[in-house]
Amino acid sequence: MIDFAFFVEIIPTLLSGLPLTLQLAGLSIGIGFALALLLALAQQGNHRMLVWPIRSFVAVFRGTPLLVQIFLIYYGLGQFRPTLQAVGLWWLFREPYWCAIIALSLNTAAYGSEILRGAIQGVPRGLVEAASAFGMTRLQTLRLVVLPLALRQAIPSYGNEIILMVKGTSLASIVTLMEVTGIAQGLISQTYRAVEVFVAAGTIYLTINFTIISALNALETWLTPYRARA
Amino acid sequence: MTDALHILSVGKGGWGGALLLAAGVTFALSVLGFLLGALFGAVAAGGRLSTRALPSWVAKGYGTVFRGVPDLLTIYLLYYGGSIALTEIGKFFGSAGFVGLPTFATGVLAIGIISGAYQAEVYRGAYLAVDLGQLEASKALGLSRFQSLRLVIVPQLMRHALPGLGNVWQLVLKDSALISVIGLVELMRQSQIGAGSMREPFVFYIAAATLYFLIATVTGSVFRYGEARAWRGTVHA
Repeated sequence: MIDFAFFVEIIPTLLSGLPLTLQLAGLSIGIGFALALLLALAQQGNHRMLVWPIRSFVAVFRGTPLLVQIFLIYYGLGQFRPTLQAVGLWWLFREPYWCAIIALSLNTAAYGSEILRGAIQGVPRGLVEAASAFGMTRLQTLRLVVLPLALRQAIPSYGNEIILMVKGTSLASIVTLMEVTGIAQGLISQTYRAVEVFVAAGTIYLTINFTIISALNALETWLTPYRARA
Repeated sequence: MTDALHILSVGKGGWGGALLLAAGVTFALSVLGFLLGALFGAVAAGGRLSTRALPSWVAKGYGTVFRGVPDLLTIYLLYYGGSIALTEIGKFFGSAGFVGLPTFATGVLAIGIISGAYQAEVYRGAYLAVDLGQLEASKALGLSRFQSLRLVIVPQLMRHALPGLGNVWQLVLKDSALISVIGLVELMRQSQIGAGSMREPFVFYIAAATLYFLIATVTGSVFRYGEARAWRGTVHA
């Protein structure tokens, strides 16, 4: 039933989409993390003018499907071509590649900022007080005390978010980008062998995700040596 | 602005009615998929908690695969895989063309399988949160295994499961937009149709986003109400 020669044939084809999948995931996770950290920190001051817009951004991006977000940015903003050309941003919104990255980054920034906000709030208050009693400035406290602890605390939840993003890159195939899922769909409609293609493409994604989870687990163990044997 | 309002009006020449109807399809698809997922999830959680190797191994594999593989890929597998099988059967009976699977049923099945993998983890965690003494006490009361599960464990387990189930529900609602790729006219697909025929993608996708957001917000508060109700009369942190 299962034909190994067929696997040998399709795996190189599917792997040709891997660089694009990894690029989409890597760039959007990186940009998204930077944004998420910024948004989480901006909410620490409790300035209403800052907190309210951020909360709304987070609620909107968490409350609507990623596919709608991608379509809104790619097709929806395409409608404003003259305006975008006037402000010199058309090159960005013309390309499905950048639209997908913008949508994925904003989406993961919204989820990520909530994870980081929770982690920052989870840092015991006494440590912050101790740091200021030590004569540290607010920036020093943040850089040397709060962030190292919060980021370490956030690793498991942020890991889940990273996996969701890797899976999310598959939606880029709907706006014509031929990453692994896009190629898989093409192969299924050419060969009519859905199960084999699913197994092959699924294995690629599971391998990526397994690698990420192992790396994050190793990172967490390395950062918490006193807990390593628990 | 008035253009947008005209396009989205419910009356003649407006797309409002079609979009609302499609939002209804999205809601029905999500609810049925979520319920099917509850069934798959409960069975898989039972498997994970089993002390026997085979059920535990199968349940773990199910969770790993469907939580690790893109949902879009799972949807393609079910739709094309099912349709190809159906076409073969059709050929056997002398039909020549491609036989597509019914899209609504396929969507419910896809969401059921995917959300079941997530719900299994929620149920497993919730089961482990229930005090072991409860199980022993119900045994001491002479309840059968099924009775103690139904009368003692599940009602308490649901308390712990509700927040996690609320998260899975939000995931399901947003995942249902992916069913548009197999041609089911739910909210996402209807917006694409409207956007294409009126050449106003921005208006239609904003409308779709708004409707998704409304469904997510309203149902989210239902879950929060349920949670508050489930914990009433108890003191907890």
